[in-house]
Amino acid sequence: MTTTSPPSLAAAHDAADGWWARHQRALAPVLFLLPAALMFTVYVIAPIFQSIAISFTDWDGLGVKRFIGFGNYVELASDPDFRTAMFNNVIWLLGYLLAIPIGLAMALFLNQTVFGIRLIKALFFFPFVISQVVVGLVFSWFYDPTNGLLFHVLRALGLPPVAVLSDEHLVTYGIVAAGLYPQIAYCMILYLTGLNNVRADLIEAARLEGARGFSLLWHVVLPQLRPATFIAVVVTVVGSLRSFDMISIMTQGGPYGSSRVLAYYMYEQALSEYGYRMGYGTAIATVLFLVMLVYIVFVLAQIWRQEREL
Amino acid sequence: MFPTPIAQTGMPVRMLYGIALPLSLLIWLLPIIGVAMTSVRGQADLTAGNYWGWPTHWQMIQNYTAVFHNTPILHYIGNSFLVTLPTVAGAVALSCMAGFALGIYRFRFNLLLFFIFVGGNFIPFQILMVPVRDLSLRLGLYDTVMGLVLFHTAFQTGFCTFFMRNFIRELPSELVDAARVEGATEFQIFWKVVLPLTRPAIAALAVLIFTFIWNDYFWATVLIQGDHAMPVTGGLKSLNGEWVAQWQLVSAGSIVAALPPVLIFFLMQRHFIAGLTLGANKG
Repeated sequence: MTTTSPPSLAAAHDAADGWWARHQRALAPVLFLLPAALMFTVYVIAPIFQSIAISFTDWDGLGVKRFIGFGNYVELASDPDFRTAMFNNVIWLLGYLLAIPIGLAMALFLNQTVFGIRLIKALFFFPFVISQVVVGLVFSWFYDPTNGLLFHVLRALGLPPVAVLSDEHLVTYGIVAAGLYPQIAYCMILYLTGLNNVRADLIEAARLEGARGFSLLWHVVLPQLRPATFIAVVVTVVGSLRSFDMISIMTQGGPYGSSRVLAYYMYEQALSEYGYRMGYGTAIATVLFLVMLVYIVFVLAQIWRQEREL
Repeated sequence: MFPTPIAQTGMPVRMLYGIALPLSLLIWLLPIIGVAMTSVRGQADLTAGNYWGWPTHWQMIQNYTAVFHNTPILHYIGNSFLVTLPTVAGAVALSCMAGFALGIYRFRFNLLLFFIFVGGNFIPFQILMVPVRDLSLRLGLYDTVMGLVLFHTAFQTGFCTFFMRNFIRELPSELVDAARVEGATEFQIFWKVVLPLTRPAIAALAVLIFTFIWNDYFWATVLIQGDHAMPVTGGLKSLNGEWVAQWQLVSAGSIVAALPPVLIFFLMQRHFIAGLTLGANKG
């Protein structure tokens, strides 16, 4: 019994090996990338273009798509609900950005080495870990006009009760405040990590030169926290434009559609009981996407700059 | 260190900090503490309007039993696991390979591909909603756990690839060169040299993706219709509709739904935060 192959076969084998050996370095990245690229193309990249294509049609999701050019966009331009949603998105964006200074303030407050601080930091971070559905439920209950905590606090202060979630003018602010709860926790943890790596020698030097308090923070600490601030801004802006869960849980866009944002309005138009206007829905999504695209390009440009520095 | 360490300050400041710290924590967590307290209250407290005081009737066992017995919450939680665990495995596996390709090899379009993965992360879900739902319908995966898993895996691959590629790029390139000199194949380099070193990154990604997917609500409502495949976030929403004003049950359900990611967070805190704050400390 022999373990060696017949010569001809071995040669063929060698040749195959040789071909593979010669080309594997060029082929390996393609093969390693293929599964991820395939999945990402099918479920993320292609749908973007499909959505944009659908936005030029009138489609109920089942029947034939009817091409109507910019019809959906023309309708959007004079749709007061769209304008309300757009305006609410601006409120979300500006309100959400508050998470950054508040998160920084909390991180500064917690950046100490006292007994039990690790556990305390973890507990402060808690709201980010739980689902927005739960946070939304918790806050709808907090705002409950007959028995919520807000009601009790206002009564203790001698103020009249406010039904935040059924007041057209307050509702979006109320939901944004709920959304801030986990977002502040997120920004806080980013800054805590950043503060951990602030250079002690620079701070000591600045202290020796007489820098104190806010001026030390502004001129010495904050510049060193720039990477943390960059990430905090990115995730906060993206989070504010993605807002959907809280609105769906707390008000379903009400009262009278006054708390809708683009993300929610799109869902309502395309999929909810109000009808299946896929074309109109995707037109709203396209607008939201284009707003985000400007921002994505800005973020990628920043990352590109970092890459070139490496 | 900034701000000044509390140990270097005077007695009054230290005492003030000692009081302010637990007090602020209490206020910060008040909404959550309220839910936890309500989940152990009796109906009598709630009808009497005692939402925030000390419970007069402790009904912890009754409330939680009621949630588990009278509602499909256990089933929802099972679905959440069925969606979350394969997604974590799939996204981590795909991104280990893609991150390896982008982090180790130099080829044309490397950076472009990387940017597509990164940029894909930031797009609003709504631009994907109609086509992804349509695709799932055509593949017969609408309203199934599998349909949700495939989408989540694909989407999370963007963030995971970004993460893995940056991690792998930081590894010393001599390792790969040395392995090549010794005649290792590219696959061996991936499997035996690089992959063992990425363990911390894999752990960080796994806990992060677990939490993200467990807490997903949007895709659960878009791709799932019936109870049979509904994850706990969507399930909680529909239970909330049925339990009008039975806040003790809503609260108990919320706590049960929040528990798995909370446990993972506390057990794997270091990895979780390392993953979340990637890049927050390098300039």
